[in-house]
Amino acid sequence: MHQFTIAEIIRGLRGKEFSSTELTQHLLKRIQQLDSNYNSFITVTEELALNQAKAADERLAAGEAPALCGVPIAHKDIVCTKGIRTSCASKMLDNFIPPYNATIVENLNSAGTVTLGKTNMDEFAMGSSNESSYYGAVKNPWDTNYVPGGSSGGSAAAVAALLVPGATATDTGGSIRQPAALTNTTGLKPTYGRVSRWGIVAYASSLDQAGPIARNAEDVAYLLSAMASHDSKDSTSLDRPQADYTARLNDSVTGLKVGVPKEYFGEGLDGDTAVRVQDALKEFEKLGAELVDISLPHTELAIPAYYVIAPAEASANLSRFDGVRYGHRCEQPSDLRDLYMRSRGEGFGEEVQRRILVGTYALSAGYYDAYYNKAQQVRRLIKQDFMQAFEKVDVIMGPTTPSPAFQLGAKSADPVAMYLEDIYTIATNLAGLPGMSIPCGLVNNMPVGLQITGNYLDEARMLNIAHQYQQVTDWHKASAV
Amino acid sequence: MEWEIVIGLEVHVQLSTESKLFSGASTRFGAAPNTQACAVDLAMPGTLPVPNEQAFRYAIMFGLAMNAEISKRSVFERKNYFYPDLPKGYQTTQLEQPIVGAGEVEIHLEDGGSKKVRLHHAHLEEDAGKSLHEDFHGMSGIDLNRAGTPLIEIVSEPDMRSAAEAVAYLRKIHSIVTYLGISDGDMSQGSLRCDANVSVRLKGEEKLGTRTELKNINSFRFVERAIKVEAERQIDILEDGGSIEQETRLYDADKNETRSMRSKEVANDYRYFPCPDLLPVVLTEEYIEQLRKELPELPDTKAERFQSEFNLSAYDADQLTQDRDSAEYFETVCKSCGEPKLAANWITGELAALLNRKEISIAESPVSATQLAGLITRIKDNTISSKIAKQVFEAICEGEGSADDIIEKRGLKQVSDTGAIEKMVDEVIAASDAQVDNYRRADESKRPKMMGYFVGQIMKASKGQANPQMINKILKEKLDALL
Repeated sequence: MHQFTIAEIIRGLRGKEFSSTELTQHLLKRIQQLDSNYNSFITVTEELALNQAKAADERLAAGEAPALCGVPIAHKDIVCTKGIRTSCASKMLDNFIPPYNATIVENLNSAGTVTLGKTNMDEFAMGSSNESSYYGAVKNPWDTNYVPGGSSGGSAAAVAALLVPGATATDTGGSIRQPAALTNTTGLKPTYGRVSRWGIVAYASSLDQAGPIARNAEDVAYLLSAMASHDSKDSTSLDRPQADYTARLNDSVTGLKVGVPKEYFGEGLDGDTAVRVQDALKEFEKLGAELVDISLPHTELAIPAYYVIAPAEASANLSRFDGVRYGHRCEQPSDLRDLYMRSRGEGFGEEVQRRILVGTYALSAGYYDAYYNKAQQVRRLIKQDFMQAFEKVDVIMGPTTPSPAFQLGAKSADPVAMYLEDIYTIATNLAGLPGMSIPCGLVNNMPVGLQITGNYLDEARMLNIAHQYQQVTDWHKASAV
Repeated sequence: MEWEIVIGLEVHVQLSTESKLFSGASTRFGAAPNTQACAVDLAMPGTLPVPNEQAFRYAIMFGLAMNAEISKRSVFERKNYFYPDLPKGYQTTQLEQPIVGAGEVEIHLEDGGSKKVRLHHAHLEEDAGKSLHEDFHGMSGIDLNRAGTPLIEIVSEPDMRSAAEAVAYLRKIHSIVTYLGISDGDMSQGSLRCDANVSVRLKGEEKLGTRTELKNINSFRFVERAIKVEAERQIDILEDGGSIEQETRLYDADKNETRSMRSKEVANDYRYFPCPDLLPVVLTEEYIEQLRKELPELPDTKAERFQSEFNLSAYDADQLTQDRDSAEYFETVCKSCGEPKLAANWITGELAALLNRKEISIAESPVSATQLAGLITRIKDNTISSKIAKQVFEAICEGEGSADDIIEKRGLKQVSDTGAIEKMVDEVIAASDAQVDNYRRADESKRPKMMGYFVGQIMKASKGQANPQMINKILKEKLDALL
């Protein structure tokens, strides 16, 4: 039963082949038995899951089931869940139980999903390996000596280990796509503003966007259809209604113009990974797509710009964690300054502290123009690159990451090497464009991801393209377990 | 050496919106601590701000009333600093692109003159909560009811040259915001707060002196006193050959002195940057024009109208239009009694004194506009004298009812019956031999003054109710008959 995709679960539940309760019990048991190998969950919500499954079964029996009725999923632990601890994988929020749901949780609850638990992640979504979690590193189900990527490593690993068919995740610089690539799952970061940020703990507000990770494009389409909505509680939410992203999955891709940026195939890209990606591009040609060489000349500036803008926003976003109202508070503070310094010093891990310091520095008087303003200029140039490219092509494809997963600890001591993991994904966030990663092969039995970047609000087209590829290839079906 | 004082004011006005600038929580004053703070106000993780359109409307209305530029595009920024009553660790405010740009306003001075004061800009921002340091045994309590309440910060150019001008400007701001109905303007509740930047320079000098920023001057009187005492302090230092340190100073009203709060050396770097949770607010010309059309009559226009329509002096018109409630009160009284001059005198005289004594606003006046109009009507038709009217006014104030009720109940109706007055005059003359003798022997020119004694006696006998004009006439006839 754990091998079922979301599409299969929907059919099976409606066809009375099994009940949501049976499926939920099965997956809960599997998590209990196997997750100690992966550490993909921070919290398992057994009681809630069983209650939701029971309610779903009743609605299914009554014939009034919404789209995802009875489908078990998990939420990244950065997504606020009412009455359930939402830790952001930080000691700072180890004791934090939100009194509200994120809008995406509300939306998915309305669609009938069953919440199995909260998935592990890099602390406050800062990381590319899932090693910065207060609750310990997540291990890649393909080889537990390897990282699953981050920051949504728990969501990706749980899906890859067949503990759950789909999960929510967030992506600020690649945190959905990179772990999807490293775990052979399919993940999509929507257009900025397509999915409400309400109730998702902010890392870098102008870049954060939530999206789904699942086993294939069709399942991602199901989840995104439920998640994406206009939300008056998020001022940056786009005024677009909910949409059915499964509707166009079967469209033809004949005549599709695929842009292949030369900058994504240069130095730093692992040779075997490049081969898998080139193979995937050839597959698209066979499907009738046309490959077009393009250039995104400011690609190399994406990482430096990101590591000014994201930490700058983070430095302010994380100021609220001060030990005053909620979260970690140090023992016996001697005065206000001591309260702040020790609460934050004890509550935040190393990488979070590093980014707060970097961001504070970048915004400081005398440095603002040289860093923050310059980074914003670069951001506009990067966006311009994409806009010029999309005048010629429909989508852009390339590798999601420079190489397959690396070993646990391999880059822990070198933050810059870690930051380069997101070299192909970050520009998409800076431009606010939708991006996804789909499995496109294995290197030494470790997965490789193909990144598809679309124009604004072109998610339906991207899912269609991915789905068509998955109709003629089996990489996404390759299983870690 | 002749010194010139240079003053610029930063005025914070709390907008009277129903809900907060970025959340749906109520802004009502005086609720139990932390009962009007929602998840957004508490800066709970994952919460997001949504701007309150009404706050924008109010800020734009203010800008229009100040003849200021309205920005078609305004941007919220984050001002970062840690403080327990600042839940997010930053204040959402405007810096580079405020909603209201440069403007100008005319202030009226006590000597009857007027002057223009330039507005540098006005911006929208959220208020912080309150830290309470008493009653917590060495700890502090935090009340976040006020956190997120919308403010406009109104920054003037350094155009004022005396404490009196600063007060006149502040009164003008107060009258504009209350006219517009965008704030209750209550300084005692902190709805209107003022910081003053004060410097001095030798008269004729063009360069501005080093300024200090005065805080905690939250009444019109304190503004005046604080600026005076600070200017004196600066002049003393400069005349002794010293120099002024740029710093923030706190005004102590009890000691009537200012003292250093924090100096420039420890000034915060607020690390402003545009708030990524909020999009720039873009306004159309039509939106602004619609608000311009909806603006109520403003104090200057109203004062001009009061002069032309009611024939009031510029001074009276100005007094009566300083706040919207007074102007409305006056117009109601006028409409009902048709006596603008009497109405103006009573409102700026007796009523103002009463309100002052009771420390209440005209909206809370124990004498309603209708009641005052009733009183004035009875003065006008000679039912009562002005002197008796004061007595009636006090009685209305005590809640004894309308002027007519009180006149009736207390039998205060003016005696205008010739026979009755003649009788009283005769009685007083008969009982005042010595005074009558004096009157007869006195020089013609001194006699009118001597009549005062007789009038007083007659008034006393009539308990003040005899018609004074008739007393004068009858008394003169009778005394002159004795010559």
